[in-house]
Amino acid sequence: MLDARKSQVVTAGDARAVVCDRPSVAGSVTQRACTFCGARVVLYPISDALHLVHGPSGCAAFTWDIRGSLSSGPQLHRLSFNTDIRENEVIFGGEKKLLRALRELVAEHKPKAAFVYATCLTGVIGDDVEAVCRTATTELGIPVIPVQSEGFRGTKKQGYSAACTALGQLIGTGSTEGIGRLSVNILGDFNIAGEIWTIKGYLERMGIEVVATMTGDGRVDAIRRAHGATLNVVQCAGSMTGLAKMMQEKYGIPYIQVSFFGLEDCADALYQIAGHFADKDVMARTRQVVREETATVLPELARLRQDLNGKVAALYVGGAFKAFSLVKALRQLGMRVAMAGTQTGAQADYEHLKDLCDSGTILADDTNPLELAGWLSSCEVDLFIGGVKERPVAYKLGIGFCDHNHERKIGLAGFSGMTSFAREVHATVMSPVWKLVPRRASARSFELRALSSEPAGDGRSLVLRPLSVEPERGVP
Amino acid sequence: MTECELKAQSSKLKARGGRPAATNTCRVCAPLGAVLAFRGIRGCVPLVHGSQGCATYIRRYLISHFREPMDVASTSFTESSTVFGGRSNLNEAMANIASQYRPEVVGVCTTCLAETIGEDTQGMLRDLARDASLPRALFVATPSFKGCQHRGFHDAVGAILAQTAAGGERLRQINLLAGPVSPADLRHLREVVDQLGIPTILFPDYSETLDGPSLAQYAPIPAGGVGLDQLALAGRSACTIQLGAVLEPGPGQVLAERHGVPLHQLGLPIGVAATDLVFNALAEAAGAPLPERLLAERGRLVDAYVDGHKYLAGKRVALVGDPDLVVALAGFCAEIGLMPILAASGAITGRLAEALAAVGAGGAEVLEDGDHQHIGERIEHLRPDLILGPSKSYTTSRNLSIPLVRVGFPVHDRIGAGRILHLGYRGTQRLFDEIVNTLLEHNQDESETGYAYL
Repeated sequence: MLDARKSQVVTAGDARAVVCDRPSVAGSVTQRACTFCGARVVLYPISDALHLVHGPSGCAAFTWDIRGSLSSGPQLHRLSFNTDIRENEVIFGGEKKLLRALRELVAEHKPKAAFVYATCLTGVIGDDVEAVCRTATTELGIPVIPVQSEGFRGTKKQGYSAACTALGQLIGTGSTEGIGRLSVNILGDFNIAGEIWTIKGYLERMGIEVVATMTGDGRVDAIRRAHGATLNVVQCAGSMTGLAKMMQEKYGIPYIQVSFFGLEDCADALYQIAGHFADKDVMARTRQVVREETATVLPELARLRQDLNGKVAALYVGGAFKAFSLVKALRQLGMRVAMAGTQTGAQADYEHLKDLCDSGTILADDTNPLELAGWLSSCEVDLFIGGVKERPVAYKLGIGFCDHNHERKIGLAGFSGMTSFAREVHATVMSPVWKLVPRRASARSFELRALSSEPAGDGRSLVLRPLSVEPERGVP
Repeated sequence: MTECELKAQSSKLKARGGRPAATNTCRVCAPLGAVLAFRGIRGCVPLVHGSQGCATYIRRYLISHFREPMDVASTSFTESSTVFGGRSNLNEAMANIASQYRPEVVGVCTTCLAETIGEDTQGMLRDLARDASLPRALFVATPSFKGCQHRGFHDAVGAILAQTAAGGERLRQINLLAGPVSPADLRHLREVVDQLGIPTILFPDYSETLDGPSLAQYAPIPAGGVGLDQLALAGRSACTIQLGAVLEPGPGQVLAERHGVPLHQLGLPIGVAATDLVFNALAEAAGAPLPERLLAERGRLVDAYVDGHKYLAGKRVALVGDPDLVVALAGFCAEIGLMPILAASGAITGRLAEALAAVGAGGAEVLEDGDHQHIGERIEHLRPDLILGPSKSYTTSRNLSIPLVRVGFPVHDRIGAGRILHLGYRGTQRLFDEIVNTLLEHNQDESETGYAYL
């Protein structure tokens, strides 16, 4: 491990605190992305807005329709719009092209609002994106909102904050008429595979109105009236707590941080929401929801746990709240977490994670493929949880993998999501293919011996030539 | 047919239908192409000089296609490096890569950011070269506002050869620059030149690095690729065969200019005629006849053409992808009676129409600098029976109920993208069977009776 990285790794039970919240070390092969990425993923699911990437084609290509964020209505978010900056604009500026693009795209798609994402390139050529957005807002009659997401500003975290600032420009511009007292906004759920519909379903049964969802299945008009809600429920704390704090200051709306992943955290989240309203009926209905939902999923979880009990997992995710939930959810499946890390966790998050994990669990901030591969091997894990960039590290080593990032197409939130999660984990951990991977070479030769000792159909013993445990092409 | 007639037939379209913005871009970016080329060097870690998002996005995009580890480093620019320059980031990155990966070489490419703030990246690397504790660096400038992955790839190949190949006495060997083809394609080309017995520098060669075996231990740098020692000899080869119809002049030019290595440019070997040209050129360089095994593959392919020709008669196809691939596919389709009616690419070469005419597909509508919205609109208008293209054409295929045969890059919605074989008689055979069967399946699924006996 690089010396510069050593302070960012501890083990649970260790007194030393993780050093975190700092830029990635150059050349470390960080798994983190940039500010643009953070802003783009947060705002992406608003499905009736135009999302225009003001920069080169790559930034747009990489963020075209990659999130599993579903919309119950418009699908505009699934298109990738881009000013496709070329050499000419690098020399003469891209403001004119941006304005022309906005005019044309707004006329063609009639969005309720437009977000214009600044990139490294348009940041350094000095385009005044804010001024163009002001002009376009006046001319086109919809809010055209600049997102200060130049990649070099930092990591995803700065991008989250740029996205929250952009959302802040919409909130408070709509009418709050008709919004009742028992009402919330959901912040930081991106409706991956319809997760927000699951959560909304619970809240409806509890008698709680959802004013705006930010940003999963998000709509501009709903976001404009979000300041009418009584409570902000923040799910992905890393991305959206900034907005919740801003709304608390500006509109006096309190917020709670929750997680809907795993039975324990999901039940806790619903009870916290109900508790906030101090309403006996709401609480009674919440108990019923939790009771019914838990009863539905427990039998299957128990069945899957029989196979998974004692298996070992590692996880590396974006935000710390997801890590907390995953540690608990894996424990529910009988699994032990040997390593847990996050891209954007804060000091307090890691302290909490230390308390939550068994002593000896490795905790890492902003890790990289080499470190991950080392831990996956040394901890002899059966399962790795991460995103697409982490997947090949696990698969190359012949280790099971579960995608818990925003590209996934399977809903993992809510009580029913816990069943899907357990099935996903089971599907990978229990696969027979691991018997053949070089990492489990001993298991393989054992099977061959077992086979050779069995008599063949004609009564003679089946003689097998011992096979090399290494693949033919050789291992470097 | 005269050139004028050809021009009259091939209608060149205005990029994006004249719109200022791109919708669903068909271009990725230049450093992605460079990273792919660097993966074809033995012991190489690619380093992207700029914001870390560029490296991370490139990794994710390539991982989704190849499903292989893709360790690509970044110099992780911050606001202050943007203002004051990225020299210290570059130094730190080189040192950290050296201690973590112990590479033979670091392949450095730039980003829009580094290029726009006027970084003298090459100069900085020259300074670093004095530090003997650091690995060698190879450099290519890849501003995406000047070109997409197609240009980034070929510029990188040219730059690598310029920095590694030395001159000297001629050797009995050839250079084969295959372009951004699949690992399976590279493996097949290697097999062919091995059968011909001609020592070949096949570059870049990521056939192992991007399609490797299951491992007991993580390989920081995947095994495989062309060594710097081999690249050093590229200037002494008898000739360079460069595959790609639209290259002008292409990466082989640097070896011709500096070391007098004759350059032969041929299209990608897809279809009988195009494969004959390439394989015969290889055989000529080897001074050996084509082996029986390859001739047998050719014979089977022609036999399959006969078996399937009626299913293709009168059918029309749209081709989407890298320009060199599109041209080669167009030539192949024309050869089997599947009429190419649209040839679309995100790249800008200015040579697509001419190259299409040269392979007998001059009648196709030509779309360079295209985005998928515009390509989709043209496909909707032209109503082909089939699309050959990347997974990004899936939405168009789905919306219009026109079957898609996935070729080229990227293929993000299937496994085995690296194992798609396009080249040679064998690759053509595979493509041909898949094309005919896709059309048969489509008709079968759409038909009311649904015969299981066709």
